[in-house]
Amino acid sequence: MTTTYVPQAPARPTRAASPHRAARGRAGRRKTLIWIAEHAVAVGLACAFVGPIVFIFLTSVMTDGQSLTTNLWPHHWQWSNYRTVFSTAPVGTWLANTVVYAVAATAATLLSSVPIAYALARLRFRGRNAAFLCVITMMMLPPQVLVIPMYLMWARMHLTGTIWPLVIPSLFGDAFSVFLLRQFLLTVPEDYLNAARIDGCGELRVLTRVVLPMMRPALVAVGLFSFFNAWNDYYGPLIYTGETPAHWTLAVGLATFKTSHAVQWNLTMAATLIAMAPVIIVFFFAQKAFIEGVTLTGVKG
Amino acid sequence: MSTHLVTERPFAPAPLRARRRRGRLRVLLFLAPGLVGFGVFLIYPLVMTVWLSFTNSNMFSQAGFVGLRNYRYLLDGDPQIWHAIRNTGWLVAIMVPAQVLFALGVAMVTARLKAGASLFRTLFYLPALAPPVAATVAFVCMFNPNSGLVNRILGLLGIHGPLWFNSPDWSKPALTLLALWGSGTMMVIFLAALLEVPAELYEAAELDGAGSWHRFRYVTLPTISPVVLFATVTGVIAGLQYFTQAMVASQVANGNVQASPGYPDGSTLTYPQQLYIAGFNQFHAGYACALAVVLFVVAMGFTVVLLRRASGFDIEESPR
Repeated sequence: MTTTYVPQAPARPTRAASPHRAARGRAGRRKTLIWIAEHAVAVGLACAFVGPIVFIFLTSVMTDGQSLTTNLWPHHWQWSNYRTVFSTAPVGTWLANTVVYAVAATAATLLSSVPIAYALARLRFRGRNAAFLCVITMMMLPPQVLVIPMYLMWARMHLTGTIWPLVIPSLFGDAFSVFLLRQFLLTVPEDYLNAARIDGCGELRVLTRVVLPMMRPALVAVGLFSFFNAWNDYYGPLIYTGETPAHWTLAVGLATFKTSHAVQWNLTMAATLIAMAPVIIVFFFAQKAFIEGVTLTGVKG
Repeated sequence: MSTHLVTERPFAPAPLRARRRRGRLRVLLFLAPGLVGFGVFLIYPLVMTVWLSFTNSNMFSQAGFVGLRNYRYLLDGDPQIWHAIRNTGWLVAIMVPAQVLFALGVAMVTARLKAGASLFRTLFYLPALAPPVAATVAFVCMFNPNSGLVNRILGLLGIHGPLWFNSPDWSKPALTLLALWGSGTMMVIFLAALLEVPAELYEAAELDGAGSWHRFRYVTLPTISPVVLFATVTGVIAGLQYFTQAMVASQVANGNVQASPGYPDGSTLTYPQQLYIAGFNQFHAGYACALAVVLFVVAMGFTVVLLRRASGFDIEESPR
């Protein structure tokens, strides 16, 4: 691409004025080669990105013995590994705990974050910018900074040892969700809201009747993000349920699965894939919502 | 103009002051859960963290004021902390830039694709959603020195692969590869920014005889630099919090039931892990809070950089 043009601008007309077929052919071939090179790089990258997931799957259906070797393809497809996993460790309990945590946290986050985001994006009041700065601060704050007093607080309420210390805070707005919803709300034209206000709607009606239906894609994105945030969370469940295995989530259980149950890689990879599967499945159905959501966080940056 | 007049009318009847008061009440109502959350889950624990950092609190009994003793222990006393600071520093200085550059490279390749761009974007993004614990366990298996896939591939190329998660020199590079695998979020953000660079700018630069490097340096980079800054700062803050992958990798690679943070040889012991150990294994809550205060100051420093340099969050953009 670069050398087709002579670096000086005045030289350009010469090239345009010489329609030799050879030159055009060379340029065309060059273009094809570049096309091939770019797509070859992309295919290589795709293999690197998807490879580990394929590897997990293949290992998860191997026999104990084969998972110790460097063989890649299962000689014998031992599907029963997925049953064995559930009897080796309380994976079912972990799964149930994770689902409860993720569903409750998502519902609480959606319920509480929408009005806050609406106020930050669409209502005018003094201190709005300061309030938004607080949201960003909360979003950027490492959870480790607050963990000790928070733990002491929940311990005083006798809630440590359960997942509730992880769910209850989402009832009071989640900073990342508020941020994402606000970014989206800023893109909703004010005219729609004013039209509803003229028709006599109060702000709450404007929010529920006009804005919420328009927000569907943003709500889906925020819902998915908070669901998988909870699903993937390790730090929170480790802090609050680390000492009570009955309340472990999949992430906490999986971290010690191999060592504390003395199993081979095949069962470990089966458990790993169980933890990954919901993410992969949902992603393929809702990838547009995910990618729009991510784009929304960065594009304004 | 006439529509403007119409929009004014419904708001007119109520007296101004009453309307203002109602407006303020409404804002308060909308923000109420957030304000409670801000007080209970940010301000209160933040104040407590600072207070506890000056005490000898041990999670159970009443705390006594000890002045700066915890901070002095941090500076010289804790045998592990400099290890942890060096490791976290390594991750911030090497892993995060590697992630940014890699994501930018992948985004640039994806932006140029003419066939299947959205399929490739989907595949590149997918691993970013994988649960960190699951991804780490899988990587320890793949990078397993004996039966792992990676060393087998390297072996086919005639390279004797390192011990990866079992070698103090290679454990952090292995974690970096894990981070690159999951850098899809950054990639999607970069890709969106790259696609928004106006095509006229490239055409103009090309007419002026700019080569591909110059086009990147003087057209692409200036246009996307706010997004790169945003990604870098959020990456750095994530690097400061780096905990899960390091903890899980050391646990699985070590293969011992007994927890062994930092395995091998303290090479994966990060600052947040040291904070966790101080608080929840050794019950030195006061000292853990001192570590938390330092982490808070550093993280806020980077956040301030972000807020001041990237007009980023368009704080000033208000609806008309």
